[in-house]
Amino acid sequence: MYGKGILKSLKVTWDRFWATYTDDISWWLQGKKRYNSAEGIAHRSSKDAKGIFTVQYPEEQLLVPEEMRYVPFLVYDEVANGEKEVRCTSCGICAKVCPPQCIWIVRTNDPVTNRPVPVPTDFYIDMDICMNCGFCAEYCPFDAIKMDHDFDIASYERNVYNLEKLLKPASYYASIRPLNAAQEDEARRVKEAAKAAKADAAAAAAPAA
Amino acid sequence: MTAPASTQTVDLAARFPESVTADTRPGFAGFIVKKENLLEVATAIRDEFGYDLLTAVTGVDYLAENKMEVVYHAYKTTGGPGLIFRVQVERADPVEVPSVTGIWLGAEYQEREAWDLMGIKFSGHPDLRRILMWEGFEGHPLRKDWKEAFFEEEVKPFKSRWPDGQHTYAEFKNPFRDNLSFPENFDPEKYEPENEKDLYASLENHTLKGEGGLKTDQIVVNMGPHHPSTHGVLRVAVTLEGETIMGLKPVMGYLHRNHDKIGERNTYLQIIPYTDRLDYFNSMSNNFGYCTTVEKLMKIPVAERAEYIRVIMAELSRIQNHLIFIGMLMNDLGTMYTPSLYAFEERELILDIFEAVSGARMMCNYFRFGGVVRDIPDDVLQKIKDLVVERIPAKTDEMERFLNDNEVLMGRLKGIHVINAEDAIKYSVTGPVLRAAGIPYDLRRADPYSIYDRFDFDVAVRYNGDLLDNYLIRFDEIRQSLRIVEQALKGMPQGPINSQKPAYQVRVPAGEAYGRIESPKGELAFYIVSNGKPNPYRYHVRPASFVNMTAIEHICRGSKIQDFVALLAMLDIVMGELDR
Repeated sequence: MYGKGILKSLKVTWDRFWATYTDDISWWLQGKKRYNSAEGIAHRSSKDAKGIFTVQYPEEQLLVPEEMRYVPFLVYDEVANGEKEVRCTSCGICAKVCPPQCIWIVRTNDPVTNRPVPVPTDFYIDMDICMNCGFCAEYCPFDAIKMDHDFDIASYERNVYNLEKLLKPASYYASIRPLNAAQEDEARRVKEAAKAAKADAAAAAAPAA
Repeated sequence: MTAPASTQTVDLAARFPESVTADTRPGFAGFIVKKENLLEVATAIRDEFGYDLLTAVTGVDYLAENKMEVVYHAYKTTGGPGLIFRVQVERADPVEVPSVTGIWLGAEYQEREAWDLMGIKFSGHPDLRRILMWEGFEGHPLRKDWKEAFFEEEVKPFKSRWPDGQHTYAEFKNPFRDNLSFPENFDPEKYEPENEKDLYASLENHTLKGEGGLKTDQIVVNMGPHHPSTHGVLRVAVTLEGETIMGLKPVMGYLHRNHDKIGERNTYLQIIPYTDRLDYFNSMSNNFGYCTTVEKLMKIPVAERAEYIRVIMAELSRIQNHLIFIGMLMNDLGTMYTPSLYAFEERELILDIFEAVSGARMMCNYFRFGGVVRDIPDDVLQKIKDLVVERIPAKTDEMERFLNDNEVLMGRLKGIHVINAEDAIKYSVTGPVLRAAGIPYDLRRADPYSIYDRFDFDVAVRYNGDLLDNYLIRFDEIRQSLRIVEQALKGMPQGPINSQKPAYQVRVPAGEAYGRIESPKGELAFYIVSNGKPNPYRYHVRPASFVNMTAIEHICRGSKIQDFVALLAMLDIVMGELDR
């Protein structure tokens, strides 16, 4: 019969339409919130999702995975006296590996000896050019530059961030990437312990010699 | 066509002792053909040796040696390794080389590209105009002595960034210095672009006349550049007689950014995120193709676990590409939004996986030389399993229920001829379009790369070559890809995910490599020439969309204007890759 296939198609559309409401009702009966709740959003973007699939941005926001990357920031450690200890040593690897070349670093030179000091005087990232590839974070040997989760950066001005604007505390980094931060902290601790042990051994060996 | 002499490498030099010599440069392979004998040798390569598919034609500018080279890569549609042959000529402006379009029609657009970007004039070419740049553009950008407007340095990293990197905007520097030139006596007030005139003249030349059977005037219609169904900014100038297309010329390059030149400025590693932006639906496949090529050049192995992860990602990418294809085809045919949004749902789930493993939904930048960036977390692995075993098969079935019995859709698709097998090969068409025409040519089987030889799957093939077959073959391919992912998930071993130490600069020995993979849209290949420096000397992409477009005139001529949009959709072009 001509038109049977069209009816079949419409059946699929009807099922999809209806699934939204059946799910709404069943969630309501279970006393769970389907909208504006982390559970509801997670369900709507999972393999079990039926019916409505969309998320009402900006009231609702998709849950981002840990690895999600958006423009870089610089990590500083909070020291006891409230000072910021910038991890960056201005070695320049991020600036060299950056594909669109949007990282600009001014290295500090000691005013007396004119030798480089491992601290950046200034650090610029042109966020309008940054392509969010994540190479800087990947190849930084000091865990000093990391990719952010904060993607709402639209502005009327051009986005050239300087050192001040780029710095974020290590605790913020640990809050957006808990697994990665824990792993890196552990690796650094092991490395430092090994270094200390080596220094101790050298110190112990020195008087014997 | 006679039977191929041997599936192994052919000794072309023995067959043509006068005009062919083997290429003996270290790292290079193939044969150097004398320019005068090119057509004779090429004919023999196709007819005697059976290399019926010419996949790539490109040029290399050896500035120091004052030479220009045209490189041809020919393959057999029965599978097996390819044949590289090249012509070397003294560097001049322009260089002249005979065109092989008479032997392989698929060379047409690629030769136009080589003319446009390298300044190699192909004598005997039916329609040698610029293709990506506009007519009236000064110079040939891929020549080594050409510099772009905001030229800073030959290669990255730029010295101004570190250690004294005071930020400046590129446009504050004066671009009108030694890197911009105008024709003599140039007056911008009186300038009239030649491109329109040339385009219509060419369209006129390639239009069928008086064969429409109608007593009516022919009219020229411009579709695009802003036409929703062209999947981006593509313009097509069409000559119509009634509703029948008599002649057609695509105009492309609106999204051109000279990816090849950008690649030559970048280091090997820096190119990876740029390849994401070629076919932006399949950044995983693009990464795969590029990394395979560089690994070939570096002669390094890929970590075992990484091989499986790569295959899983590439196949997931194929699944979502075909889902989008189906959805967007429906958009083109006028069933606005409902089917395409159903397709988008499944695609979103796959993109969620990409985001969880690589950090980005579309611009994944996930592959590295020797492996991948990071391992797949266990919960994501479970997600992939759920999707591949439960969700996507069920949803593919639902999509079929939804669309494939629909009489209106079938009326639009059935019996509308796209291309037959013989013409598809002639025009170097690859991918699903070639397979829907009855040629089971899939690089995963025909010229296996990575670990595809370990999996049990069928090459999807259909035989009618009409729109319906081209559409249904996408469903077949989704199912085969699901099979591959399932097997890969089962067989994935534990272990490291990269065979190399992470390094931001890699050593690539001098030589050349041509790496090709079966991207969802067809053959995606990269041609790289290295001179041992941190940047590639020549970096060329052979995108599937661009080469498949060569056949568009042939496909559309004689069909109705209403079908044009569907025919174009079947080629599954994406402008990021087409215009590069």
